[in-house]
Amino acid sequence: MYRSHVLVCGGTGCTSSGSEEIIRVLKDELDKNGLTSEVSVVKTGCHGLCALGPIMIVYPEAVFYSMVETKDVPEIVSEHLLKGRVVSRLVYDETVSSEGEIKSLADTNFYKKQHRIALRNCGVINPENIEEYIGTRGYEALGKVVTEMTPDDVIKCILDSGLRGRGGGGFPTGRKWQLAKDLVKGGQKYVCCNADEGDPGAFMDRSILEGDPHALIEAMAIAGYAIGANQGYVYVRAEYPIAVERLQIAINQAKEYGLLGENIFGSGFSFDLGIRLGAGAFVCGEETALMTSIEGNRGEPRPRPPFPAEKGLFGKPTVLNNVETYANIPQIILNGPEWFSAMGTEKSKGTKVFALGGKIKNTGLVEIPMGTTLREVVEEIGGGIPNGKKFKAAQTGGPSGGCIPAEYFDIEMDYDNLIAIGSMMGSGGLIVMDEDNCMVDIAKFFLEFTVDESCGKCTPCRIGTKRLYEILDKITKGNGTLEDIDKLEELCYFIKENSLCGLGQTAPNPVLSTLKFFRDEYVAHVVDKKCPAGVCKDLLRYTIDPDKCKGCTMCARVCPNNAISGAVKTPHVIDTDKCVKCGACMEKCKFGAISKC
Amino acid sequence: MDYINIKINGLDVSAPKGSTILEAARLANIDIPTLCFLKEINEIGACRMCVVEVKGARSLCAACVYPINEGMEVFTNTPKVIAARKKNLQLLLSNHDRKCLSCVRSGNCELQKLCKDYKIEEEGLYDGERTPSEIDYSAAHMYRDNSKCILCRRCVAVCEKVQGVGVIGANERGFKTFIGSAFEMDLADTSCVSCGQCIAVCPTGALSEKDNTDEVLAAINNPEKYVVVQTAPAVRAALGEAFGLPIGTNVEGKMIAALRRIGFDKVFDTNFAADLTIMEEANEFLDRVKNGGKLPLITSCSPGWVKYCEHYFPDMTDNLSSCKSPQQMFGAITKTYFAEKMGIDPKNIVCVSVMPCTAKKFEIGRDDQNAAGVADVDISITTRELSRLIDRMGINFLSLPDDEKFDDPLGRSTGAAVIFGATGGVMEAALRTAVETLTGETLDNVDFEAVRGVQGIKEASFDVAGMTVKVAVASGLKNANELLTKVKNGEAEYHFIEIMGCPGGCVNGGGQPQQPASVRNFTDLRAERAKALYSIDAANPIRKSHENPDIKKLYDEYLGAPGSHKAHELLHTTYVKRSIN
Repeated sequence: MYRSHVLVCGGTGCTSSGSEEIIRVLKDELDKNGLTSEVSVVKTGCHGLCALGPIMIVYPEAVFYSMVETKDVPEIVSEHLLKGRVVSRLVYDETVSSEGEIKSLADTNFYKKQHRIALRNCGVINPENIEEYIGTRGYEALGKVVTEMTPDDVIKCILDSGLRGRGGGGFPTGRKWQLAKDLVKGGQKYVCCNADEGDPGAFMDRSILEGDPHALIEAMAIAGYAIGANQGYVYVRAEYPIAVERLQIAINQAKEYGLLGENIFGSGFSFDLGIRLGAGAFVCGEETALMTSIEGNRGEPRPRPPFPAEKGLFGKPTVLNNVETYANIPQIILNGPEWFSAMGTEKSKGTKVFALGGKIKNTGLVEIPMGTTLREVVEEIGGGIPNGKKFKAAQTGGPSGGCIPAEYFDIEMDYDNLIAIGSMMGSGGLIVMDEDNCMVDIAKFFLEFTVDESCGKCTPCRIGTKRLYEILDKITKGNGTLEDIDKLEELCYFIKENSLCGLGQTAPNPVLSTLKFFRDEYVAHVVDKKCPAGVCKDLLRYTIDPDKCKGCTMCARVCPNNAISGAVKTPHVIDTDKCVKCGACMEKCKFGAISKC
Repeated sequence: MDYINIKINGLDVSAPKGSTILEAARLANIDIPTLCFLKEINEIGACRMCVVEVKGARSLCAACVYPINEGMEVFTNTPKVIAARKKNLQLLLSNHDRKCLSCVRSGNCELQKLCKDYKIEEEGLYDGERTPSEIDYSAAHMYRDNSKCILCRRCVAVCEKVQGVGVIGANERGFKTFIGSAFEMDLADTSCVSCGQCIAVCPTGALSEKDNTDEVLAAINNPEKYVVVQTAPAVRAALGEAFGLPIGTNVEGKMIAALRRIGFDKVFDTNFAADLTIMEEANEFLDRVKNGGKLPLITSCSPGWVKYCEHYFPDMTDNLSSCKSPQQMFGAITKTYFAEKMGIDPKNIVCVSVMPCTAKKFEIGRDDQNAAGVADVDISITTRELSRLIDRMGINFLSLPDDEKFDDPLGRSTGAAVIFGATGGVMEAALRTAVETLTGETLDNVDFEAVRGVQGIKEASFDVAGMTVKVAVASGLKNANELLTKVKNGEAEYHFIEIMGCPGGCVNGGGQPQQPASVRNFTDLRAERAKALYSIDAANPIRKSHENPDIKKLYDEYLGAPGSHKAHELLHTTYVKRSIN
């Protein structure tokens, strides 16, 4: 028995900010202080509050240390772990009351509205130890399924729960399984997992793989049992080395424990699982491209029908779900479909994990019931927008989605509501934008991504998205015309309706959605030749107000292109021909004399 | 067969279960344009030209791959569909060089025709950056100009799926995608076998044979040169297509007339050399059987196949017949026997061949193909190049006489020779001679039906003089691979195998006139063209190579007997082992 447990986040975010080193120093310090037998150190998965990493939580007090550095570790050991005195300067301020009392993490704004199902073990257990997963009722669902339920019972349970695919499309998971089970009777079938998370900014799947890999393994085995497959593949991008490593460890352990392999729980059901690494192509998140890639071919989508449930991997019936979808499965089996469907909205049940990014204080991962409003997410959970700026829009669904403008700040976020306003859930990336973001520039940013990630197979996406980008580029450079806006819109609809796969069909969404809600910004770029948010460099002009300028020369010294001239103590002038619009002068000016317009 | 009832443009259509919208529409005589689709070869739904509206569908559907369902309602030419196809073409044009005037495919380009049909007026509407490309001239037989490529991937599919070669594919991705070899190797450095099937299926001018017609004209216009031309069997079965004649029209007479008008000193026939090949090859076969030589003996007429064997089955090159191909035998005899007879220095003879084949351009440059100390054949042009040359020379092909004949002494041939152009033809011709030689009796029926037809692999066995002769015929290199793998693994045993590089044999060679996908997908070019050859055979009073009087004369006067030392020196060759790149 240990008297204290120190949980250190080993997610990718905290690892890259040095948590491995912190663990090493922590163990050294514990050793030096003779505490090794009293204090256990657990490397966990992600806690979600990535903005505050590296994160360390000390139990039983549940003290949440944030932004820990190695130099802080000796103090935490000698003060907190040895003497029982919390190092208050390192504690996450939201967890300390004004009286200095430590509050439960669950009471903080970031966590209190969350409901963690898919992420339930992330940051809680050691993902490299199967015993810890089993200790939280792990593999109980699989045991129940293979010994007490028929495949049809399993499918009915998932259907009744109302679970829909968390990867973007939102197709009912139970229905998918049913089709894979029934369309083709018997024979070789496959279960695949899409862990090729590619939406910029989204990393919930990675977090689950890193923090709770056994949940995925258990769920895939359950899916295998339900559809009659004995082989599964997890397609995970090679850029997720920690996730791949932990998943492999978990698979090995599950095999050792007889939870994967032949005759699971003595039921006669056998299931094996393999990892296939993707090379990071966004399109490989599209189901048919993913399967083509697993088959060893260039990752390109193929026409549907036939759908994977009928003819998928290697031409065999295949179920393909993403990581987050699978992570819900064991919980649904254990707690019953009614428990799950009690959460969420009429057509979107359960919870959804969002990756908060952009202009928001608490960037990180949050899991919230479907139907939570955007306002709650941004203002309460996310802690609002930094620097007192105004909310302008939020982008959901990444490059396939669209923006939600301020007028829909109170929208209850679920699959159908987001689709209705021209966005989509996608995999749950949520990027917050404030008044300093130019919406034309945002659309261009996403199109640049799609152009880069188009596989090049079908004409509309290969050439069409490139032309969309070029028109947007022309507009942001001040060379656009009103006709260009029409041409842009027309081309968007063409690409949506004619592309081969979902990537192309949704690629124009960021343009269409910004056109819908922020058309005036487009018009300002082409008619007034102005970028209202002051982002598009070609439309900007920096000027110095001679009345405010004191002639301190700071601006001239910081200008990288010697575009500013003027004698000491006399007003300076910017040569607009030489100005590269970097904004360095404006940042340096102490007198607010420099403005851009 | 189960039928499914649907409505297309309001018309009731009943089509077999499993049909696509494209196939069902065809049954109702409704054409839907396609670019990437090649039946059973390239069914990838990539170009999106064939989009149609399906009632209830979220977006437009690709008719080429979309299966029909009972009660489905399809609209193939609504304003929305037409607008979409038009936009699609405009996008393609925005990344295309649009140099139609200098393009070899002008007039039979599938993209050009669609642009005309869809009334593309603003061809530069979406102009912007173009995918950078360089022309690959490295190979002996062809070049690739990706500035004309529309990425339909027909070439990639035919190379990989039909030929099992797969030396080209998509490189890069998105807008930067281009078709090329792995690691951007030059085509010449790959194990490309030069079959030209990629060119035959290319809808645009991105792929083309290297045009050697200027060299032909230069030779003809050089007074010091004596220029002879030979024409392969399959050319006469397809040349007419280039002038609008139905597929499978025999234009032998017009072809000879055209060649004379172009100005060749002698118009000869490769068929003569085909008869000669049979003499040598049948002799080689009997020799190998009698003397325990390497079996199965495999034909070596098809240079695409020979190169394939050298790359992919290097340990089986000893199975290849040492006979040169008819083209090369013809050149060898022209520059020795004919040169001596005419008293012309072989250095001053230019031997031109007209072939259904692009690999022949590679073959003329092979080692050990120079019987007279100079190249056996100097210039090899394709059927397509000949058709362009005929147009350039102002010859009105359709009005030419049908009864012109080849010149002597290398112009006479038998029915056995002309069927060389169809898969199974060499086998049948060889059997006609070998059986009679073995039995010493005259065949009642010279038709060996078992080896005819367009199937990729055919097997037959014949009881000849107390021995069971097992033969196999394969065309298309994927089929060849399948057959030879069986032989290698000991799963099948044959005495004699005929292999042709192109599916269906030379009639469907990579140098034949291009038919658009709209024709290819619904007509069996191989079968239609082969019919022409079999009727020429049937009409020929002499149908066995060993009965060709000019061949007999050649042996009597010059070579001695088949397989003689002299015959070996002039008419046989050697092979090399190559690697797979």
